[in-house]
Amino acid sequence: MNGALASTPPGPVEAAPGALTDDDLARLLLIRHFERSLLDLFAAGEVSGTTHTCLGQEYIPVALQTLTTPAFVFSNHRGHGHYLAQFGDPAGLLAEILGREGAVCGGYGGSQHLYREGFCSTGVQGESVPAALGVALHLRRTGKPGLVVAYIGDGTWGQGVVYEALNMAQLWSAPLLLAVENNGIAQSTPTERAMAGSIAGRAAAFGVRYEGVESTCIPTIRRQLAGALAETRCGAGPLVIEFRTERLGPHSKGDDFRPAEYLAGLADWDWYTRYAARYPAQFAEIDARQRQLIESVVRDVLARPLAAGAVR
Amino acid sequence: MSGRVVDALNSALHGLLADDESVVLLGEDIADPYGGAFRATRGLSSAYPDRVISTPISENAIAGVAGGLALCGDRAIVEVMFGDFIALCFDPIINFISKSVGMFGRPVPMRVVFRCPVGGNRGYGPTHSQSPQKHFVGVPHLALYELSAFHDPRPIFDEMLNSGTPAIFFEDKVLYTEAAHLDGSWDGLFRSRSVGPDATWARVGLDEDAPPDWAIVAPGGMASRALAAMRRALLELELTCELLIPSKLYPVPLDPVLSRLAAAGRVMVVEDGVAGGGWGAEVSRLLYESLWGRLRHPVRLLQSPCAVIPAASHLERGHLIQESTIYSALAE
Repeated sequence: MNGALASTPPGPVEAAPGALTDDDLARLLLIRHFERSLLDLFAAGEVSGTTHTCLGQEYIPVALQTLTTPAFVFSNHRGHGHYLAQFGDPAGLLAEILGREGAVCGGYGGSQHLYREGFCSTGVQGESVPAALGVALHLRRTGKPGLVVAYIGDGTWGQGVVYEALNMAQLWSAPLLLAVENNGIAQSTPTERAMAGSIAGRAAAFGVRYEGVESTCIPTIRRQLAGALAETRCGAGPLVIEFRTERLGPHSKGDDFRPAEYLAGLADWDWYTRYAARYPAQFAEIDARQRQLIESVVRDVLARPLAAGAVR
Repeated sequence: MSGRVVDALNSALHGLLADDESVVLLGEDIADPYGGAFRATRGLSSAYPDRVISTPISENAIAGVAGGLALCGDRAIVEVMFGDFIALCFDPIINFISKSVGMFGRPVPMRVVFRCPVGGNRGYGPTHSQSPQKHFVGVPHLALYELSAFHDPRPIFDEMLNSGTPAIFFEDKVLYTEAAHLDGSWDGLFRSRSVGPDATWARVGLDEDAPPDWAIVAPGGMASRALAAMRRALLELELTCELLIPSKLYPVPLDPVLSRLAAAGRVMVVEDGVAGGGWGAEVSRLLYESLWGRLRHPVRLLQSPCAVIPAASHLERGHLIQESTIYSALAE
């Protein structure tokens, strides 16, 4: 049986991470502290159901946000980072997850069904890809500028509808970006056991342009992708970008069976520890600020009444 | 208006595309010169090439694309070549399009209509002849409608596309080539009149107000078979019958016809869908709930047996509800 999970995660590709603007770093750390607080709230019994954190993957939506704006973003079950990168609204998101007043979807959608103008997340794998294509078709037909971004994972490529939509996207030269967060594992199944061939090969089969991203450094990623994204925006058709990434935490809860040495190695891969070591002064200040911000958001939201549930 | 039902349908689609720039039509093989498997979309791709989009064979994605268009405020109409294939659209309909109306804390209008040619009696066999309405009864924020020779399709489309609730429009294939009866007459013996707000119901029977021996509730595709049985029952058994055809199947708009049903000697509900739950069972349940104590007899429910629809025409005929099935039940 091939496809056993590697015992250690891939090492960082840059010897040292490039410097970030304060804004980018603040957005990264907002997501990091939001997700950490969510796990604490889960442990304290404040979160019902389950939740999927994007710890480790925060840099992907932050890197793409400035490149793709204006964009309609379709997110997925692991979507808190996508939402926060676009709106920076931790209180609305936390209220949604906790079912409190001020929830962005009244407490009906929860962690994985969020909707705001220009943003929609869906809880069923692959379901968002044709919907994203529909939005792209609307943009193209009405001559509106912009891109549609659909975030999917490595596991999402098991769904046939992804291929149906990718085929049509290429036929229609749709301004669609498939941002693939390949974290090497789908819940508990390593990608190697679920995917024959490769994501690059699958894009090539449809004649769809492809970019593979190994870096976790935001300026490097933006330099790599700017040209290809501009082409998609100008009618060159869809683009598949595969980010080879890692998730630091479990898929949801109680489902992380990766070897201990693999999990230990993730600390060296994590942008958070590496950036803190390379840029200690900038990091310490913004990290403390965002930590306090999230702490105050948590206090504020927990003190709110439960959402009224007035939807028809 | 006269002519065939498919012409009325085609004319309604032309009008929708002409009147509203936000209407987009998607489906397989819908472009000219073919114009769709049942020719309902003839001429549309020539007149509106940017908004009539012939797609690959990808029902799941087509439905999802319609959902994305609807999120942008477009009005999307999807032709599902054979209604049986709507099984391939189940996830986007159930988990995305209808859900989006109600799962985001405020109503999000999703203006999508799935057109589904359904029903048998054409010899197309087990996977091209079904009546899948039952699978979509009772889905939150999903409305069901059915084509009928007694209803002008245009106002039905206007209602489906303007309400903000996604809809499925079932079209019995045998209707396409039948004559449209939008002027009120049928066969010289019976007349039809509109009942209810927005003419939701067509009431077809003798031109008199006296309560009938039988009131028959049936969707549009069943009407010609029911009317033939009614004619025979009148001539051979002197039974008076009245047919009530709703343009909207679900939520079942029973209120406008309840008093008429309560006054009838007996009530029958007929559909092509196979037994085991289903639209007819839901109608019957609602009738018991609304008319308990006023019904003189149990509701007579006629559904096809819960079995595969055979391809051979003589076997198919024996399987589906026919004029003779209805006549026999009236005569019991």
